[in-house]
Amino acid sequence: MTNGIVYTETVVHAAPEQFIADAPYQMAIVSLTEGGRITARIEGSRVSIGDAVNFVEDRGGIPFFAKA
Amino acid sequence: MRPVAVIGIGKTAFGAFPDRDLRSLAVEAGQKCLADANVSPSQVEAYYLGNFAGPSFVGQNHLAPYIAGAMGITGVPCTRFEAACASSGSAFYHAVSSVAAGLNDLVLVAGVEKMTSQTTPKVTEILAGAGDTCGEVRAGATFPALFAMIARRHMFQYGTTREHLAAVAVKNHANGALNPLAHMRKVITMEQALKGKPIAEPLTVYDCSLISDGAAAVLIAPLERAAEFTSKPVKVLGIAQTSDYVALDQKEDITTLGAVVNAAQKAYKMAGVSAKDIEFAEVHDCFTIAEILASEDLGFVKKGEGGPYALAGHTCLRGERPINTSGGLKSKGHPVGATGAGQICDLVMQIRGEAGERQLARHSLGLAQNLGGSGATAVVTILGVA
Repeated sequence: MTNGIVYTETVVHAAPEQFIADAPYQMAIVSLTEGGRITARIEGSRVSIGDAVNFVEDRGGIPFFAKA
Repeated sequence: MRPVAVIGIGKTAFGAFPDRDLRSLAVEAGQKCLADANVSPSQVEAYYLGNFAGPSFVGQNHLAPYIAGAMGITGVPCTRFEAACASSGSAFYHAVSSVAAGLNDLVLVAGVEKMTSQTTPKVTEILAGAGDTCGEVRAGATFPALFAMIARRHMFQYGTTREHLAAVAVKNHANGALNPLAHMRKVITMEQALKGKPIAEPLTVYDCSLISDGAAAVLIAPLERAAEFTSKPVKVLGIAQTSDYVALDQKEDITTLGAVVNAAQKAYKMAGVSAKDIEFAEVHDCFTIAEILASEDLGFVKKGEGGPYALAGHTCLRGERPINTSGGLKSKGHPVGATGAGQICDLVMQIRGEAGERQLARHSLGLAQNLGGSGATAVVTILGVA
């Protein structure tokens, strides 16, 4: 996993129980350069549809991406 | 295949009922339904129950015989169907299949959910179990988040606006205010709807359906026997259940719910009608964007025109094609396992001419669309005067 383009995104304010401490957080469906899509968390600055994003790291099974 | 008719309906009020347990709600709806058709529990040949998460919400499994037994229905197949928020739509589909095939004559279909005994974050977590827990849910997606991402993409591709979403909420609250069984009988203004507390951007609290307790039941029989039980049978003209991937990120175009498109086409074909013939509909507005998608995927309008169609008032009670005259999941409430059966009850009330202040002038052909998850299950049912 390297990078991709934001296909869609949202900022979650009402989090499920296990992620209450993280809210509000942005997540996105990313269209990967190598093909396919993945649902990921976005860290750092907010992104919009069409923005290029880079894979940062996997934390406990959650892929994190950031604005390229 | 034998033609099938709905011969009885029964619903509890939808709402927050701290002093009611799951079983008592389902029993109330079932008993009202049997009384409506003047049928005794011993005449029921099968009990099909839709329930999404009774085990998680209230810790009870083996729900179908548990509830049927409390109504005096024993010695017959009693089965629970789970298809997320389409659980009782799916139960209804399978019940119709059973009667159409000639296996059973009188089948009682019900749906129930008891949600309000848990905190909102816990409910959010349980509901998220209808998504992909190895992917989107693990990453932090809630159902509002999944539909928010659908809304964002729909806005991007078709120019749908916050006003379009808000128009759905305002309309459904206006309808629900006239429904004595609705959870939130409160009219809201466009200004309120636009200024709601954010849940998952761009969706606010006014774009989200309610967390509710409630139950609904429907009794079906072969059409040829319907006159034994009711003077107002309602015919099942078409019905289909279809599926799609559970994970939103596996769907090619998230602005179209493929399972809904497929189910609608099959149901129209079976009924021998087309989208333009449908006079009114109950659709699955778990979120306002979902009603916009439904109006497009059912073929009422072209893709991308659902928002302007709602804002122009065409789906209002006095519009050209009323949608969710019950108030929808937004205002009537959304006890998830009860929603599909509840939609059938609402269609039947309109077709029989028993919808009170919400009664439509044209009410001979209606459609119900029940959705599970972010579109992995869809059930479309077309009912008409027998």
